[in-house]
Amino acid sequence: MVSANKPECWRWTESSWRNPDLDWCTARFVTVGIDVGSVSSQAVLVADGRILGYANMRTGSNSPDSARRALRSALDAVAMPPDRMDGCIGTGYGRVNVPFADRTLTEITCHARGANFLFGPGVRTVLDVGGQDIKCIRCDEKGRVTNFVMNDKCAAGTGRGMEVFADLLGVPITEVGERSFEFTGPEPAAVSSTCVVYAKSEAIGLLRKGWTREQVLAAYCKAMAERIFALVERVGVKPGFAATGGLAKNRGIMDRLMRRIGLERLPTEWDAQIAGALGAALFAYDRCLKGGD
Amino acid sequence: MITAGIDCGAQNTKCVVLRNGGILGRAMEPTGFEPARAAEASLAMALRQAGIAGAALRRIGATGSGRPVLRIAADRVNPVRAMAKGARHFFPGARTVVDVGAEEGRAVRLDDDGNPVDFAVNERCAAGAGAFIEAMARALEVTVEAIGPLSLQSNREIPMNAQCAIFAESEVIGMIHSNIAKADISRAIHDAIAGRVASIVRRVGLQADVVLIGGLARNPGLRSSLARQLKGVQVHVPADPEFGAAVGAALAAAG
Repeated sequence: MVSANKPECWRWTESSWRNPDLDWCTARFVTVGIDVGSVSSQAVLVADGRILGYANMRTGSNSPDSARRALRSALDAVAMPPDRMDGCIGTGYGRVNVPFADRTLTEITCHARGANFLFGPGVRTVLDVGGQDIKCIRCDEKGRVTNFVMNDKCAAGTGRGMEVFADLLGVPITEVGERSFEFTGPEPAAVSSTCVVYAKSEAIGLLRKGWTREQVLAAYCKAMAERIFALVERVGVKPGFAATGGLAKNRGIMDRLMRRIGLERLPTEWDAQIAGALGAALFAYDRCLKGGD
Repeated sequence: MITAGIDCGAQNTKCVVLRNGGILGRAMEPTGFEPARAAEASLAMALRQAGIAGAALRRIGATGSGRPVLRIAADRVNPVRAMAKGARHFFPGARTVVDVGAEEGRAVRLDDDGNPVDFAVNERCAAGAGAFIEAMARALEVTVEAIGPLSLQSNREIPMNAQCAIFAESEVIGMIHSNIAKADISRAIHDAIAGRVASIVRRVGLQADVVLIGGLARNPGLRSSLARQLKGVQVHVPADPEFGAAVGAALAAAG
């Protein structure tokens, strides 16, 4: 339980965005994808296959409410009435709880498709590190899934694990990545415990030994990178590597992971956290083109 | 012959002083960040309780995860051997021994003569260890001493989806928000950890008699959930189960 005076370092700011170059009034089809994850929910609006706007919100204890909130925020961002939607697909861990969706798809299918859009057709490996699981997906030039591996049993290497560390060290989750490089001397060894519960005790021991918070963050980001690398290796990495999901924003993990893999990750101007919802919206657009409702 | 056994665990360091199999003295100290000092302190206390001078000790056996740093002990006793010997000492018919400590869980199957024939360990994941109960007690806002008895008040079965302690914590908080009674949540917590422990037991093969040692054996909720998971096979627990491996180490040191 969180006490009233303790800062909640796992918190991040909700946001929404509107594409200034597009107008829903002139669009033929406006479709929606909703990705209800364990920590965050996104709604992406697509106008004739282009991104019209989106919202990125926290998932609450009630999935239907989280889905509605994300949709409302995205609709507000582009000032569009809900009845203008031509189709909606739900995805993510809470996808069965998107009351207004016409159908659902797994987040694996949607992330591959969304990454194909955000990073281009050269994407062959999509790594999605979310709040509660890690997925590594191999896909073809159309964004179709050819293989994947996933860990959803254990918090090690997931966003939840990072949140636990952010709270333990009192560093806001959005600053963890940068702070993990702010130390002098050699890069510390990775935290050796796999289990987040034990890694926490190990970190407390390191702080007692005089390590700075930044050194401990570096050691934990490195451990996260190692854990993710072990999963990525199982599916095999192909160049054309894209990272999606919330942890794609954490340079502390991603830079260390890419160094381990020996590749550069593909750049994107977009917020890679929307990949799942975007994929869902694009599939909904396909359905409109085929005339299905 | 007088020997001592020291079991240096992740949370506590336990020491017993034995004379020909009889316990003369015993003591427990938090391991903290200095296991060697905890071992020395627990040994001094156990000797004082036994009324014996250190010089009278013939040998000291050390076991537990902290054993490599215990310079005071001449014999390093493998934890599997220590738990086997300790369990057999209290229950000569023991064929399956389960040791659940703060950060590790172990099961070993013994032959008729008490020799280990197979064992399985979980030392990487909190889901089957005391750390799990500790984290859940914190989420439920009850003490670790109270959480076990609390679970016995419930006869409702609520399966937990999460195995991971971190995810289970969120699930427990979700249950609290859904106004599920604390006793029922506590039962779900104990069923979950018992499920992890039972899966280690099944890896070595279940054979009666089953003996449970380690600090978690004190928890009546775990004992009852584990017995259910093991299809009603009786689970024997010695009087001071946290000293089980230390007794085994002292017996091993006696040869």
